[in-house]
Amino acid sequence: MSIPAPAPQHRRQRYFFDNERVLGPLLLFPAVVYIIALVGFPLILAVLYAFSDVTVGDPRIRGTENFVGFENFRDVFNDGVFRKALRNTIVFTLVSQVFVIVFANVLALVLSADFHGKRLVRFLVLLPWTTPIALGVLGWFWMLDSVYSPIDYIMRRMGLLGPDSMFGPGRNMYWLGKTDLAQAAVVVVHIWRTLPLATVILLAGLSSIPQDVKDAANVDGAGFWRQLFYIRLPLLLPIMAVATLFSLVFTFTDLTVSLVLTRGGPVNDTQVLSTWAYFKGIQGGNLAQGAAIALFLLPVLIAIAIGMLRLARRSEND
Amino acid sequence: MATLPPTQRFASEGSGRGKQFLARTVLYATAVIFSLFAFIPFAWMIMTMFKTNNDLYNPRNNPFLYNDPPTLSNLDLLWNDTSFRTFIFNTFLIALVVMAVTVIIVVPAAYSLVRLAGRWGSNLGILIFLVYLVPPTLLFIPLTGVVADLGLQNSKWSMALVYPTFTIPFCTWLMMGFMRSVPWEIEEQAMIDGYSRIGAIWRTVIPVSIPGILTVVIFSFTLTLHEFVYSLAFVQSSGEKTVSVGVFTELIRGDVFFWQSLMAAAALVAIPVALLYNYFLDRFIAGFTLGAVKG
Repeated sequence: MSIPAPAPQHRRQRYFFDNERVLGPLLLFPAVVYIIALVGFPLILAVLYAFSDVTVGDPRIRGTENFVGFENFRDVFNDGVFRKALRNTIVFTLVSQVFVIVFANVLALVLSADFHGKRLVRFLVLLPWTTPIALGVLGWFWMLDSVYSPIDYIMRRMGLLGPDSMFGPGRNMYWLGKTDLAQAAVVVVHIWRTLPLATVILLAGLSSIPQDVKDAANVDGAGFWRQLFYIRLPLLLPIMAVATLFSLVFTFTDLTVSLVLTRGGPVNDTQVLSTWAYFKGIQGGNLAQGAAIALFLLPVLIAIAIGMLRLARRSEND
Repeated sequence: MATLPPTQRFASEGSGRGKQFLARTVLYATAVIFSLFAFIPFAWMIMTMFKTNNDLYNPRNNPFLYNDPPTLSNLDLLWNDTSFRTFIFNTFLIALVVMAVTVIIVVPAAYSLVRLAGRWGSNLGILIFLVYLVPPTLLFIPLTGVVADLGLQNSKWSMALVYPTFTIPFCTWLMMGFMRSVPWEIEEQAMIDGYSRIGAIWRTVIPVSIPGILTVVIFSFTLTLHEFVYSLAFVQSSGEKTVSVGVFTELIRGDVFFWQSLMAAAALVAIPVALLYNYFLDRFIAGFTLGAVKG
């Protein structure tokens, strides 16, 4: 992009900052510095921490005497809770994302149709994403309360809970107090939370399918299911990959759902990598071990980032 | 969102009236089910916040009814007897700084990437966007050390410093989209008229980009309100907490829950944020689709 020669009747002054080679980097500089200082550097620091003995009380690495080799990783791995957290992170993510992809496709299809009250429906289904996550999860926390859960009340009224009933004899389910129920609750809240994001991304993809393709399919008499499987879904595949990658990242690295809903309990059965890193690193004060735990998120993130770059490149080349 | 042309229906299979009716019924039923799933926790918050203790803590009571008349006393308690006001104030103060820092850094960066960086500009743009995906849960431990080193531990300014790490990547990407749509000719004309490059940018690109800047401001604000992890890790004293962490940690004391006030706090913050977010959502999504969607 070159600056065209000035018209002769105008006296065109030259300014130092008109030089694109100066101005370009100069304008970009603050953003790059910020990101390097507070994302790039901490990322390296996370690796250094993981091989050191830093604590909350003494977070500084002074020299080689602070390095302890693989000791943190050995300690972390020898801890049964860590292995639970690793397994939970993977299982919660995979299970919730399978549901998210299926539901998001259905919901995007619904929202791409015209119907009365569509704006309200859109606002409502997006709420879990548009509200601060910690506050939304508090709502679930209260709904799944051990004594006052409205779900328990309904079950009692239907005769499913209480003495001589299917889930009795107790009057309450203790949703967050039993391993399988608490794990299921965490997965459901993850689905609840990421479904809106995947849906709106898919919706953007649906609305980009060219009208003439749809018209041609209609003229040819292709029915709803045929259009769905032969036109919509194949055309949506790249955008579905984008949606999946995003919701994967957000679920896999999430700390808030497990922390607010169960604090990792009962007996660490809903502990995930990020909550365990928090409990060890911040609450327990062992920054080094916390960093070692959190580093287990990195391989998956790198894989996802490579996937993203490929998708972005492909759409650019189209 | 573009309005859909009348030819597109949920089911184009409508070979008969019955089938058409069935399709509409399925459509509405699905919409209602998903709306309920999404909204129920919020409905429950709103229901709870107006209940009296007598009503709420009697397990015999039907929890779906107001057995006692609704009361505003919980809101009164929240506003006057808890640190809620402090949390709100802290959050707004942090958000203000984050918004300012983000706009000042993002607007020049986006301009540079779109206009001056040439071919590697868009690649660098994608790279910066990917920084948004580096999760707080990977960075909060080393950043706790960094914040302590800077003497900002247990201070709200730690968050004002760190939050731009996620607003800058995301908003640069958003802003690049806006900048691309600014025609080069108006800038060129300003320079022909004798303005310097920076003068031309100031007089032409910035005014045209006001909607983009507004979007950046709104997202810096909502992302600040959404943030939980850093806030949880950096700050322990209640005077420095933000809303999302303060409500969760301070309104639950040991085994004593101020349920109605807790739910009031959650609903009073969540719903306005949602309205704001919703209004700007299409731009947010345009950023997220990575250009994989055209048009």
